[in-house]
Amino acid sequence: MKWLLLKDLKLLRRSPLLTALLVSYPIVIAVLIGFALSGGPDKPRVAFLNEVAEGTPLDLGGENFDIVGARDELCDRIECVRVSSEEQARELVTSGEVLGALILPANLIDKLRSLGGLTPEQPTVKVLVNEEDPVKGQLVDDRIDSLLSDANLRVSQSVSEISATYLDILLNGGDFSLLGQGFEVLGLRAAEQILTEIRDDVPAKDQAELDRVIRFSSLAADNLDVADDLLGTITQPINVDKEVVSGDSPSLDSFAIAVAATITLMFVTVLLVAGSLAAEREENAFNRLVRGLVSRTALLAEKIGLGVVAALVVTLLMLAGLQIFVSLEWSRFLLWIPAIVAGGGAFGAFGAAIGAATREVRAASLLAFMVSLPIAFLSLVPSGTVSPGLFDAIGVLTAVFPFDAALRALEGALDEAGPSIAVAVGHLALLTLGYAALARIALRRFG
Amino acid sequence: MDAVEADPAAKQGDGRLAIEVADLGKRFGEREALRAVSFRAARGELLAVIGPNGAGKTTLLSIIAGSLQPYAGSVQLREGRVGFVPQQAALYRKLTVAENLELFARLEKVADVEGVVEEMLTQTVLGERRDDQVGTLSGGNQQRVNIAIGLLSKPAVLLLDEPSTGLDPRQRARLWEFVLALAEVGTTVIFTTHNIAEAERYGGRLLVLADGEALFDGSAAELHAAVPGSERSDFESAFVSFLRERGH
Repeated sequence: MKWLLLKDLKLLRRSPLLTALLVSYPIVIAVLIGFALSGGPDKPRVAFLNEVAEGTPLDLGGENFDIVGARDELCDRIECVRVSSEEQARELVTSGEVLGALILPANLIDKLRSLGGLTPEQPTVKVLVNEEDPVKGQLVDDRIDSLLSDANLRVSQSVSEISATYLDILLNGGDFSLLGQGFEVLGLRAAEQILTEIRDDVPAKDQAELDRVIRFSSLAADNLDVADDLLGTITQPINVDKEVVSGDSPSLDSFAIAVAATITLMFVTVLLVAGSLAAEREENAFNRLVRGLVSRTALLAEKIGLGVVAALVVTLLMLAGLQIFVSLEWSRFLLWIPAIVAGGGAFGAFGAAIGAATREVRAASLLAFMVSLPIAFLSLVPSGTVSPGLFDAIGVLTAVFPFDAALRALEGALDEAGPSIAVAVGHLALLTLGYAALARIALRRFG
Repeated sequence: MDAVEADPAAKQGDGRLAIEVADLGKRFGEREALRAVSFRAARGELLAVIGPNGAGKTTLLSIIAGSLQPYAGSVQLREGRVGFVPQQAALYRKLTVAENLELFARLEKVADVEGVVEEMLTQTVLGERRDDQVGTLSGGNQQRVNIAIGLLSKPAVLLLDEPSTGLDPRQRARLWEFVLALAEVGTTVIFTTHNIAEAERYGGRLLVLADGEALFDGSAAELHAAVPGSERSDFESAFVSFLRERGH
């Protein structure tokens, strides 16, 4: 088997075009997928729970807010899935049927109103998210930020205007109403003026104390005069209480690296193994080999081994290259190896099944592309972006293809916050056995 | 170049049994590819297996080589191993002549790999082309390398599946010169061919297969004799008449 492996490596060295294609194509595809991922869907499904009583009016700073209109506007920008309780919202988020949930609490209007009073309380909306993958987590964050920024802007403008009115009364004096009773406020400037006028009538021993009060009034009036501008900077009156319902995702950088590495791993291994096995038949060497020189099983093992070696070399080279642009946790290097080996093994076995089934290099390459690429894309679809039934179907399909498991293995290897590497490697081992068995069956009619 | 003339006695071998095939049967689905085929071959004998397309010639060789399993019958080798040379060159075209020989010598677990590679290069007269990639060789030279690989394990019985197919007359002559030399040193050669004249010329004995059945086992002269009135016609015509008389 060692000599067959050395032979295959020698053949690769003598096929520079093939080798160049093997390396460059996955990189191009990885870049394309990166662009596609950064786009995201147009209208994500978000569970929406409105606990505010229907028809509750909101008047803030003289402006009447249209709550119903705001809700309709919100549901134009996302696909609102109306729910009747927080538990139901939580279930939908956990199951992945929606990207996240937005909950408007019953006291939202009261707290918004309080922003216009003397005892303001910050209103809070609750957001439930499922961060099972970082793309999805980022998508939810972006959408929620976008939805709340408009509301915050409008509320903050009203709050600023009300606060500015209070400051004006404090500075210049005026009428003020509290708990149904009207008050006349003197104002700091008037107080300073009165105190200055009576200063000379005050006994000399008390003038020093009075001067301190006059200085304070002057200083306060001068400084509160610029508070209008400061109030204008309060742009986040509504607080977001974000709760991660499930999932603990790695950083988006780690995820992007894992995606790029998995795509590289997939194409290099699947194409190489499928083509190499089919080439044995095209070169008419297969019958000679299995005539007592090598068993079909040993030949299969050699091809999968070739895939693992190529996967290790190319993926590690790619990760080393990525180190120039992003920081990698090299302390986790020992976890990279089993992840790449397991991924390479599963992709290799998958490639062997394709090579054994097609029996021609061109057909094997074509089939490898046709099958691998769409399934890889499907594996990247976050829950909540498609209908639940379709997502379940995608889940079944991607579970029997090595891409999803290899991606999870690499995520786990690259980032501590990633999924369990042991589970992913176990999944890959099962897929390796399954595809190797299929390839072995196909090899019975290979000669 | 004219065809190589071989000593008729040399093509018969030395009389010592090298291989015995008994009642071989093979089916592909419903189709009976071989039906109770039996024959013997002596050491150094040249046995030509001839017959129309689909007769079972390649299937017979594949079973003897161990690539296919029969459902009935047995193959008994008196000594040594079997070397198999498939019809099309089973070589890695991107590897050189020497690298191909070395690879298969290692897979054959030959003790002295370098020694046997040198020996084959000498025997095939391809020493000067040892570092050329096989894909750059002519069809004849590729076939020589193909046969040399079949000889790496120094087999007692060499199986050649239509070895001269695709070769020009000059290359064919060189090939048979090479094969006759092998028989002279005691290698039993069993070959299939569609070239009836070649079978008559180089086969010490002929095994005629049709529809998986062995119809004849004997010399070319005996086949002539088995077709009354064929004395004045050539061997190919006699062979066609022989098949026609037996319903093929």
